[in-house]
Amino acid sequence: MSILTVKNLKLQFGGLLAVNDLSFTVEKNTISSIIGPNGAGKTSVFNMITGFYRPTSGEIELDGTSLINNKPSQITKLGMARTFQNLRLFPNLSALDNVKSGMHCRTKEAVWGALFHTKSQKEEERLIDEVAQECIDFVGVRKYMKRSAKNLPYGAQRYLEIARALATKPKILLLDEPAAGLNFEEKQYLIQLIRRIRDEFQITVLMIEHDMGLIKEISEHITVIDYGCKIAEGTPDEVLKNEKVIEAYLGKEDVI
Amino acid sequence: MKKYKKHSLLLLVIVMFILPLLLDIYWLDVLTLVLFYVVLTQGLNIVVGYTGLLDLGYAAFFAVGAYTTAILMTTFHWSFWLTLPVAAIFAAVAGIIVGTPTLRLRSDYLAIVTLGFGEIVRILAINLDITGSASGIYGIPRPTIGSYVLSSQQDFYYLILIVAILSVLVVYRLGHSRIGRAWVYIREDEDAAEAMGINRIRLKLLSYATGAVIGSLAGSIFAVKMSAIAPLSFSFLQSVMILLAVVLGGLGSIPGVVIGAALVIVLPEVLRGAEDWRYLIFGVALVIMMIFRPQGILPKKYETEDRSDPEEETNDKNHSISV
Repeated sequence: MSILTVKNLKLQFGGLLAVNDLSFTVEKNTISSIIGPNGAGKTSVFNMITGFYRPTSGEIELDGTSLINNKPSQITKLGMARTFQNLRLFPNLSALDNVKSGMHCRTKEAVWGALFHTKSQKEEERLIDEVAQECIDFVGVRKYMKRSAKNLPYGAQRYLEIARALATKPKILLLDEPAAGLNFEEKQYLIQLIRRIRDEFQITVLMIEHDMGLIKEISEHITVIDYGCKIAEGTPDEVLKNEKVIEAYLGKEDVI
Repeated sequence: MKKYKKHSLLLLVIVMFILPLLLDIYWLDVLTLVLFYVVLTQGLNIVVGYTGLLDLGYAAFFAVGAYTTAILMTTFHWSFWLTLPVAAIFAAVAGIIVGTPTLRLRSDYLAIVTLGFGEIVRILAINLDITGSASGIYGIPRPTIGSYVLSSQQDFYYLILIVAILSVLVVYRLGHSRIGRAWVYIREDEDAAEAMGINRIRLKLLSYATGAVIGSLAGSIFAVKMSAIAPLSFSFLQSVMILLAVVLGGLGSIPGVVIGAALVIVLPEVLRGAEDWRYLIFGVALVIMMIFRPQGILPKKYETEDRSDPEEETNDKNHSISV
């Protein structure tokens, strides 16, 4: 069963066609990837799915609900969480406070509760704290919990961003180049982490990645984009043998 | 540690309540003004400190409160206490009016629009008949509690003291809630906050409206304390002084902002001996301060523990980062 459906998606910036007639589906409980050369339009696709860009035309559905014309915050509430290519943590806040942000859309206390410290507000605060700490434990950054996010080692910042996304209790998690800047050991840890997210929480994972080793190891399905068009899709083995894909990455052999 | 903090706070409040018995009328007046600034800076602290929206027209909300109370009490003969909720509603609406067109603006552009809004309110007050044009409104009646008329310097000192304590409490509690955290997330990274499911439009408007309500409260009390108000009290300079107190004290920090408010009012008074030189000295002091401590006197701390390297205490195998 598919959880995310993208149909005939198109994105135009003036004369530049960033994404052209792109369609793909993501099956429930899978780990899928979108790959493609630099500038192929991968992040644009992510930004449209999460509501940051408005597609010129096309349809995006999460679990049967259309996401078109929704604000990013509404889409998050519907069950989609994301991380960013260049880390977008709240730099001055503690790691714990960073993760608490994810619970915002799952809680509802407003000004009244905050002013009078009502019973339900206190309970909700306890719940927020509890969930945030669980997420921090899950990605393994507890020892940095009280430090400012900007003072964390780079790898821990990457995991923290994932923890923050998990705190929104998503159905599907979009990771934009999660392995960028990680060393070999950290990448191995990330692979385990992504598997655990799927296995323990039944969260579907869709990621953009450049690291072929990592993609081959954990992706069950790959969609390849070049110049905003889908050029191939399938299992890692199928896709990486595909001539069009090799051509897109390495160029065509010139016949003189 | 926390208990110690609580006790010293309680002591400060008691001292504040006893102080009028010890001070002469001049210093009592200065202290009353400090408390007005405490309320105003706490309100602005929500907008600038928490949410990170630079507002150069905050005195406009102070004016909305003062004029609403003044008009309702003089023209319509309302009781002072009834004017407070009306002033708060007007201020909240004004906050949303200035907030809505600025939602997409950031930093310098936002500052210009809020500055313009501040000027619009002031110029309206100068030109409208209902606000008494340039000479303002005078003969605002004294508020009463039962049959007791609040009229002495002390009465107003206690009134504004209570409101100042309440506003500190309100800003503190909001700051430590889901709403307050959402404001800070917006300040730290607007897009990331939106991606985490925070509706930035609604929360920014709430921030403007809450800040405006607190500012209007100070305005309402200002009107009955002075018993006459004029557009001069709500000038651009007033907005700048309030903002100055917030920045000087430490953006987002409640005790810092209280100290900032006290400094901005008391320092020029202390320097009175220097006569014409006093604003020059005041200005130089501010410049030096900003060079050597740009984060403010008591900056807000977000790290809840010291930064001794936690690598050393790594013993739990399950959660270690390196594999």
